[in-house]
Amino acid sequence: MMASSYNAKEEDGHHSGSSTHGGPGVVKSKKPDNTAFKQQRLPAWQPILTAGTVLPAFFVIGLIFIPIGIGLFVTSNNIKEFEIDYTGGTPGNPCYDCAKNLSWNSSTPCFCTVEFKLDQPFESNVYMYYGLSNFYQNHRRYVKSRDDSQLNGDLSALKNPSKECEPYRIVDGAPIAPCGAIANSLFNDTLELYHVASNGTRNLIPLAKKGIAWWTDKHVKFRNPGGNSNLTAAFKDTSKPVNWRKPVYELDPSDSENNGFINEDFIVWMRTAALPTFRKLYRIIHKKPNTTPTLPSGNYTLNITYNYPVLTFGGRKRMILSTISWMGGKNPFLGIAYITVGSICFFLGVVLLIIHHKYDTRSNSADIPN
Amino acid sequence: METTQDCARDKLVQEKERHVKANARDYNDKFSYADNRIKTSKYNIFTFLPVNLFEQFQRAANAYFVVLLILQLIPAISSLSWFTTIVPLVLVLVITAVKDATDDYFRHKSDQKVNNRQSQVLIRGRLQNEKWMNVRVGDIIKLENNQFVAADILLLCSSEPYGLCYIETAELDGETNLKVRQALTVTSDLGNVSKLMEFDGEVICEPPNNKLDKFTGTLYWRDNKYSLDNDKMLLRGCVLRNTEWCFGMVIFAGLQTKLMQNCGRTQFKRTSIDKLMNTLVLWIFAFLICMGVILAIGNTIWETWVGRKFEVFLPWDEFQSSAVFSGFLTFWSYIIILNTVVPISLYVSVEVLRLGHSFFINWDQKMYYTQTDTAAEARTTTLNEELGQVEFIFSDKTGTLTQNIMVFSKCSINGQTYGTTGSFAELMHKKTACLDFSFNPLSDRGFKFYDSSLIEAIKQEEPAVHEFFRLLALCHTVMPEEKHEGNLVYQAQSPDEGALVTAARNFGFVFRARTPETITLWEIGSTVTYQLLAILDFNNLRKRMSVIVRTPQGKIKLYCKGADTIIFDRLDQSSEDLMYTTSEHLSEFAGEGLRTLALAYKDLDEGYYNIWMKKLLFVSTVIENREDQLALLYDEIEQGMKLLGATAIEDKLQEGVPETIACLNLADIKIWVLTGDKLETAMNIGYSCNMLRDDMNEVFVISGHTLLEVQQQLRSAKEHILGLSRVSSQGNFEKTDMFADDSVFEEEAIIAEYALVISGHSLAHALESQLEHMLLDLAYLCKTVICCRVTPMQKAQVVELVRRHKGSVTLAIGDGANDVSMIKTAHIGVGISGQEGMQAVLASDYSFAQFRYLQRLLLVHGRWSYFRMCNFLGYFFYKNFAFTLVHFWYGFFCGFSAQTVYDQWFITLFNIVYTSLPVLAMGLFDQDVNDQNSLRYPSLYKPGQQNLLFNKRQFFLCTLHGMTTSFLLFFVPYGAFSVLVKEDGSHFSDQQAFAVTMATSLVTVVSVQIGLDTHYWTAVNHLFVWGSLIMYFAILFAKQSDGLCGIFPNFFPFIGTARNCLSEKSTWLVILLTTVVCVVPGLVVSFLRVDLFPTLTDKVRHLQQSRKKQGLQEQNLKRVRRTSSRRSAYAFSHQQGYGELITSGKNMKMSTVSSTCSHERTTHSSNWIENMLKRKNEVSCISQET
Repeated sequence: MMASSYNAKEEDGHHSGSSTHGGPGVVKSKKPDNTAFKQQRLPAWQPILTAGTVLPAFFVIGLIFIPIGIGLFVTSNNIKEFEIDYTGGTPGNPCYDCAKNLSWNSSTPCFCTVEFKLDQPFESNVYMYYGLSNFYQNHRRYVKSRDDSQLNGDLSALKNPSKECEPYRIVDGAPIAPCGAIANSLFNDTLELYHVASNGTRNLIPLAKKGIAWWTDKHVKFRNPGGNSNLTAAFKDTSKPVNWRKPVYELDPSDSENNGFINEDFIVWMRTAALPTFRKLYRIIHKKPNTTPTLPSGNYTLNITYNYPVLTFGGRKRMILSTISWMGGKNPFLGIAYITVGSICFFLGVVLLIIHHKYDTRSNSADIPN
Repeated sequence: METTQDCARDKLVQEKERHVKANARDYNDKFSYADNRIKTSKYNIFTFLPVNLFEQFQRAANAYFVVLLILQLIPAISSLSWFTTIVPLVLVLVITAVKDATDDYFRHKSDQKVNNRQSQVLIRGRLQNEKWMNVRVGDIIKLENNQFVAADILLLCSSEPYGLCYIETAELDGETNLKVRQALTVTSDLGNVSKLMEFDGEVICEPPNNKLDKFTGTLYWRDNKYSLDNDKMLLRGCVLRNTEWCFGMVIFAGLQTKLMQNCGRTQFKRTSIDKLMNTLVLWIFAFLICMGVILAIGNTIWETWVGRKFEVFLPWDEFQSSAVFSGFLTFWSYIIILNTVVPISLYVSVEVLRLGHSFFINWDQKMYYTQTDTAAEARTTTLNEELGQVEFIFSDKTGTLTQNIMVFSKCSINGQTYGTTGSFAELMHKKTACLDFSFNPLSDRGFKFYDSSLIEAIKQEEPAVHEFFRLLALCHTVMPEEKHEGNLVYQAQSPDEGALVTAARNFGFVFRARTPETITLWEIGSTVTYQLLAILDFNNLRKRMSVIVRTPQGKIKLYCKGADTIIFDRLDQSSEDLMYTTSEHLSEFAGEGLRTLALAYKDLDEGYYNIWMKKLLFVSTVIENREDQLALLYDEIEQGMKLLGATAIEDKLQEGVPETIACLNLADIKIWVLTGDKLETAMNIGYSCNMLRDDMNEVFVISGHTLLEVQQQLRSAKEHILGLSRVSSQGNFEKTDMFADDSVFEEEAIIAEYALVISGHSLAHALESQLEHMLLDLAYLCKTVICCRVTPMQKAQVVELVRRHKGSVTLAIGDGANDVSMIKTAHIGVGISGQEGMQAVLASDYSFAQFRYLQRLLLVHGRWSYFRMCNFLGYFFYKNFAFTLVHFWYGFFCGFSAQTVYDQWFITLFNIVYTSLPVLAMGLFDQDVNDQNSLRYPSLYKPGQQNLLFNKRQFFLCTLHGMTTSFLLFFVPYGAFSVLVKEDGSHFSDQQAFAVTMATSLVTVVSVQIGLDTHYWTAVNHLFVWGSLIMYFAILFAKQSDGLCGIFPNFFPFIGTARNCLSEKSTWLVILLTTVVCVVPGLVVSFLRVDLFPTLTDKVRHLQQSRKKQGLQEQNLKRVRRTSSRRSAYAFSHQQGYGELITSGKNMKMSTVSSTCSHERTTHSSNWIENMLKRKNEVSCISQET
């Protein structure tokens, strides 16, 4: 019988009555909860920028960075590195002829030989890199021009590569494997290193071609379609990239474990460089078991099978020999940067300390109005 | 069946006239009027998705991201995968949709609650309980006491004689006093069901409209026509009071009721930060386009010089005919990758922050009022940071500053003052015993008085004292109501009178009953009946009222009360000495901010009275100039009176009002009082809450009636100020140090303090375009501005004036329906809840129960909100610039090809996962200074008013910071990576390792930066900052795991990069170096700023930390009162016309049934109105953005 509005009314009347009596809990009060969160009283750490905290921080940074920097710098300087440019852009360079007459389709390879001298012996493992300059491996269209599914051994992608691979996707109706501009532009110079003994004989230095790619790339990211058995059959209905001389399953005829998509030279190339000037690991010269240096000082000859054109776009090709240390290869930047930043921080600490003492305003905290 | 909305729309077009026939549903159905169902909800289950999505895509930001998404689907342009935009966009859409759905669910619920209310409908000869939504036009419904009216109904009959009934219209117009409605005489005897069944009248009336006070229609019944007006209508939203029952016929139902028609769309308010943000987003957008153009040109050049030759390895696409075209495509590609400078999550995060801040307001215990059980409520969630920038407060007086309770606090009788001195608070301390009125069975228990000597005086039967209280008991227009023996309730038209009569009642002169001819008192135990001969009514010119009574002894007496200045002029010679003493007392009262009235009486000679009475009777019949002649006649008899004394009434301020005003003044907030009250009353309140002080140099009163007069007054006031300040600035003697705040005084070069009081009619002229500047200038020079006798419209105009010309943030605070316009006009509207109806609260953005909470709302919540929002925005822009511009630098090294630096997933997740929570935590919890100190040092509020924490300059600084960071973030790894080699000799300077290193550095740098920007590290901050870092690494490894890559090699090509990259020492060395290099410059700058140019905030923070262990001190602002002045403190909020009403006997109601609960608010029931308003707000906000 009671109308609902009437009920509401009564409730209200009841309520105001109870609140004057102060009876708690009779009717639920709208009083907000007294919790630290709701009242914004959460316990908190309230750091303030003071001379006492900031200045020591600067000194600490300085004191940490400078030794690190010096360590890095010294290490980097101890690393032996040798670099030789064999682009052949200028007359007089041993590779000038090769560079001039180069074309993708020439069936006869062009050879050239560069001689050089190492003043100091290279101890321990020596790493041989090829370096390219002005080569835009990081161009967006270049970077995306690949099909990771295909490279992962996906059969459907093998037959029907991703559209991203255009224009290196299909040639004469057959899908290209591996497709795309990156694969197509695989670096295909061959480098051989000879040590010229004092008697003039040339000893071929063994170059290891395994272990130059990342483990994850070699074993997870790159896989041959249908496993490693019988690559010829797996790649049957595909065609080789247009610039290539050999199909992908013949990249390393000597080692079936290093063939197809899991060829390490190929994998290294497919890991595109971040910057237009880069170096990629080519071979490793393993340390000899005896105590003689891996590469004793003396004369060397570099035999190059010159296939890779770079002069058209103003690129350079280099061969680099380097030892490494605990922090990787020769890298003067980090050491210098650490020393600089450390010194600046230390210097700033001193300057701020002086400023702070000269214009000390701490006493002003008393003059807060009212 | 048409839907309600369609129907309503049709009606607007078609309905010219409404025909309603009682008890004839079939007939009425022909017109398909709206039924009584209320629908404030927007969606139902089926329409929700399409409608909501449609609404969301109308927002510029969402549409923008859809455009981006489309761009990304074009392969030639697409520099990012589609998911980088769609994931955040979907997230944003889902969050918004969930919020909208929750809101709508609650609207459905409240609609349902209202729709399901029961009402008694007359159907087929019986009263049946029906739900409200089933009530239809033409139905006859029965209402009972205290019920809400279900629809707009025509009153047919009621339980009261003459078909009267009483309603309270608080929800409609905010007025709490009862209003009378009267049924047509012909229908008023239809008091039972069978008669009502036969009623078949037809009403023809106007179509639905929103005019609350107007109704025109005609009732056709039994071949007669009866005209209908608003006095016969009960509108939806009213409550029936003091009436047992009534019957009515439904005329308008549901959405067509006047209440619903009145819920117009309100203006959508935006904060200044909002506006700034929109401007900044446009700037950023322009900046984005600039970068796009630069990079596009770069691309054109690159393609011409390098790219063309590089075609051996990277041939151009077929359609890419020229380098220029390539540049054009690149432009769009860069727009896509650089779009994160305007992050999609910005708007959502800002909304989340504001919502959080609103909850903190709702949760604040210190703004909870125990007595009425009301907590503060942020009704709008979009204005919080604006609370930290308020410069002007426009306050209503009654109910806002004052409680609208008058307390008889002191009196002066025959040269003797009674009533203790000092404020209420002091009394509480002294624990002075409150007088015991138990000797008086009729006393009002609520009445308190603290001076026992007055009781003594009454007991000793001092004639002056008795006469004093007799006067108070006789000379008034109060109506008594005695429900049962001893339970007297006074219906006073003005609270002043109520207080006076109640005082007399407690001191033994109980006003018990009145008829048009008599007044019955209960004088110290015995009933005495006076014959009421005449009431000489009050008006604003006379400033007094008198009654002429014949005592039981047969003597004729005139009792008069009025303004001291008026009464003193009309005194008999014999009272001269007393007059001086009394006026001393009056000054004393005035100094305490009390409202005073002087009392006098006169014995009348029978013969003289008869002659005068004849004249009066004659004049009352005159038509021409009756008012003037009456006044003359009144004046004639009110001469040669004998002074009795004076009363002092305290217009009780709400708790803590003077302290709050003082505190807000210190925060440089200017408070203007806009009141409908009279000049005297308004000034009186000005004095009692310390806005006006006797030591002020000048209080200018502008009260001219013509434009010229007003202009003259304004000009002279201004000249006075400027002239004097020039003089005193040389001498510097005038400087008052009470509220001295050096900076402000120096700025404005006004040392003296002035106040401006302006009345409504002058204001009307001053607001005209030629004077408004003068008014504004003058008002700006004054410390206090009081506008009295202003209409609601003028209140809004004043606010608008300041808002328009000063460009500063305004806040209006009020409690009544008359404040609604001003509340809606101001940037921020605050409603005092729990006083006079719901109107102000419904229109407001914030509501709470007490004026003093304003201090906390502004100085604590507002300041924090502003501070947090500014910090948040600064950091947010910094973060996104640092994040995005790296692509710009990279452009120079990748042939401007729009290659991204980071991995796509990182771009997708950076803003929504890796960095959103820490910055939200900062935006929600950060405190530079705690609440106590915020209140103790009101000056801390000033940076907000001056817009210092986030403005265009700050924006440039933080974007510059972001740009520098992005520069360092790119070039430090660049330097290292140019020759980087892994520890096992394999090459390492590849793109993916570069991306991972850069991303890790970025996440570290922004996390360290937010650590430095956070002032208040709660556990939540720790959790979010560390959690985000952990999350980053977890996701990094997860998305580069063998499994994911094995399944989707194309989506997760970064397999193993993190493992290879982060196991290198050199990577970590790069990250450490980058972090230090990016953070140190900012650290140096902020350290130097704090150390050399500490702001007040820094100082207070310091103080706060050093005091941490000393415990917290409560703020203790002393209530300062100045005394002694020679001004009249007369104030009496009375109106003319009640005397006549009494003598005519029209308002003598013989009802026995009544209710006393008319002052209780029904908050539950008004929810749906509230929801409706909210909804209209939203509708309008959408329409604004389109």
